[in-house]
Amino acid sequence: MDKILVVQPEKCTGCRTCELTCSISHTNEFKPELSRISVLSFEKVGFAVPMVCQQCGVAACMKVCSVGAITKNAVTGAMEVQDSKCIGCKMCTIACPFGAIHYHVETNIASKCDLCGGDPACVKLCASGAISYQDANVGSLTKRKAFAARFKDVFEEVR
Amino acid sequence: MYGWIGKILRVNLSDGTIGKEALKIDDMHNFIGARGLGTKIFYDEVDPQVDPLSPENKIIFMTGPLTGTLASSGGRYNVVTKGVLNGTIAASNSGGAFGPELKYAGYDGIIFEGKANKPVYLWINNDTVELRSAEDLWGKTVPETTDILKETTNDEAKVACIGPAGEKLVKFACIMNDYNRAAGRSGVGAVMGFKNLKAVAVRGTQGVKVADVSGFMNAINDARSKLKAHPVTGAGLAAYGTNVLVNILNVHGGLPVNNFSEAAVFPQAEKISGEFQAENNLVRNKGCFGCSIGCGRVSKNKGKYKAIGEGPEYEATWGFGSDIGVDDFEAICKANFLCNELGMDAISLPTTIACATEMLEKGIIPRDRSEMTWGDADTMVELTRMTAYREGFGDELAEGSYRLAESYGHPEFSMTAKKQELPAYDPRGQQGIGLNYATSNRGGCHVRGYMTAPEVLGIPIKADPDATEGKPELLKIFQDLTAVVDSAGLCLFITFGIGLPEIAEQYRTATGVDISDEDLLKAGDRIWTLEKLFNLKAGFTKADDTLPTRLLTEPMKGGPHQGMVVNLDAMVPVYYNIRGWDEDGVPTEDKLAELGLS
Repeated sequence: MDKILVVQPEKCTGCRTCELTCSISHTNEFKPELSRISVLSFEKVGFAVPMVCQQCGVAACMKVCSVGAITKNAVTGAMEVQDSKCIGCKMCTIACPFGAIHYHVETNIASKCDLCGGDPACVKLCASGAISYQDANVGSLTKRKAFAARFKDVFEEVR
Repeated sequence: MYGWIGKILRVNLSDGTIGKEALKIDDMHNFIGARGLGTKIFYDEVDPQVDPLSPENKIIFMTGPLTGTLASSGGRYNVVTKGVLNGTIAASNSGGAFGPELKYAGYDGIIFEGKANKPVYLWINNDTVELRSAEDLWGKTVPETTDILKETTNDEAKVACIGPAGEKLVKFACIMNDYNRAAGRSGVGAVMGFKNLKAVAVRGTQGVKVADVSGFMNAINDARSKLKAHPVTGAGLAAYGTNVLVNILNVHGGLPVNNFSEAAVFPQAEKISGEFQAENNLVRNKGCFGCSIGCGRVSKNKGKYKAIGEGPEYEATWGFGSDIGVDDFEAICKANFLCNELGMDAISLPTTIACATEMLEKGIIPRDRSEMTWGDADTMVELTRMTAYREGFGDELAEGSYRLAESYGHPEFSMTAKKQELPAYDPRGQQGIGLNYATSNRGGCHVRGYMTAPEVLGIPIKADPDATEGKPELLKIFQDLTAVVDSAGLCLFITFGIGLPEIAEQYRTATGVDISDEDLLKAGDRIWTLEKLFNLKAGFTKADDTLPTRLLTEPMKGGPHQGMVVNLDAMVPVYYNIRGWDEDGVPTEDKLAELGLS
């Protein structure tokens, strides 16, 4: 079973440590602009959500790429951009419905989350536990359990 | 260059010119960055006798070498200027994401000089920097200004701005960034207001490099795991925010009540505590840029003060709470939200209201000025708004408690040190924090040498809060280390969980500067002493290193420290001596030579 990055926005403090970790891992400098994960904050209502590639089962980015620069890693299941093949046409950025692929002017290629080869750096330093690396269906089971617990509380109150 | 960018912007508001300058390497090494480097530049360029509200005063925004990196809680910047509230050297520190964004735009800092003849804001978009008209923004609140600037510049821009309070030259107006974070103290917002500088908006897409990536990552992993494991930074602050201190200080007998006029024990403390906030008002925890602690709170009011906003922190909760006898947590939240929106210091404002309330209750300020009484939450909220706009009695409150009390002939009711309002720790219950208040280079302030750590929390060592012995020695280390932390661009809260070795290792691996732990701490001593030199030249003397008469002569009325006063006389001479200052508090020639300041 492939693992994915499971994001729990309710736990996110909006600190953007994940962006720093991602950028230093991939570019050797602290440059959130080149991070493959980005935190979107709604400051006035106190909400933040880390947005990152969900490694789609049917990946539009891979399908649309005319030069075959996006391939699936057989071990991790991550869709990976082959830098040497990418021609910088940006079609994948248009195809991705989540905006999870970034086109970078400086490098003239697309970049996206590659799950760090199966050991995602962003997860390790997320202090609030808002990002975890788990089996895709375990992630939704966790959510179902959390909601079930809320039902339990409600029923206990009215019982 | 590693850590630092090595470049600073110089913006002359009088003639509209903008220049880019290289920072001096020696200054960077000797004064680190942010508070230290900003102070060095300010000291070299500005006459200490200058009127804070004059074109000759400058205001410097400065980041540190660790700002914008993965350093433990390294998202901070400092604002250095001559403070409006009291004329000391002001270095006001803030988190959020503004500081890192400035570095990503390619600058360590900005020097503003002169005065614009019409409202302006500075727009920094990487290499492109321009002054733009802010006439449409004048009068707008902080969230309004921030929204408009993000719309008109770049949605991803970070904004630091003043609210109406800064425009109205409220003596304790602050600079707000990222909506809710404040460079809060000393009235730095009024300096911007005087200069007709409404805001700075910045967008940066470049990076910050560190010298030794794997060494730095080891250092930050070590620091972050220690912060996670520590009960304060890993549990207490994360669970309850800084308001975790309400119950702790109350049990200690150090939570000031009614303008420090009662025993420092608030019977209704539970109702304004972090535990109460978590159960009743918490929306979520919030972290500044790159922070693993996440002490920030977003709170929600459900009652008549229905609103959502950031805070309140411990200081504001105490100020609008027990110091005014108020136990309505939602009113406290509302007053704090107003401070954020209108741009006022949430320590100096409530403590000025507390001072006014005591003088009103005693009949010194006539009743026709205000109906405020102890515990009157609604009037307190209204006075908050009125102060920002200088309406009615708010115009008097806007001058701060010292000028207010003095104008009625009773400065002794002002709970200030060097005319800056004291924060949320009654020094009669903590001798060391009393010495810190008295000697702080920016006046009444807890975060220049947080002696509450050893005296109340037992960090890093337990110190008897009622003892004076050993306090000057301990305070000097705290003050010097704090200067290092502030100057590096780090958050002071990390010092609960890590110390000099962990901080120095991050600094060395980030900058590539080969410096011992001891020499880095000495840079803190150098920064502290330079601030002191500025204040001496500005006219401050030994007589200013003191506390309100009440705290020196009126014994604590009850609680664990009943009967105590602050015994400053036993500590100040020792403190001067340890600092290498003469008996008048003037650094000796030998000391200046040792620090390379002669």
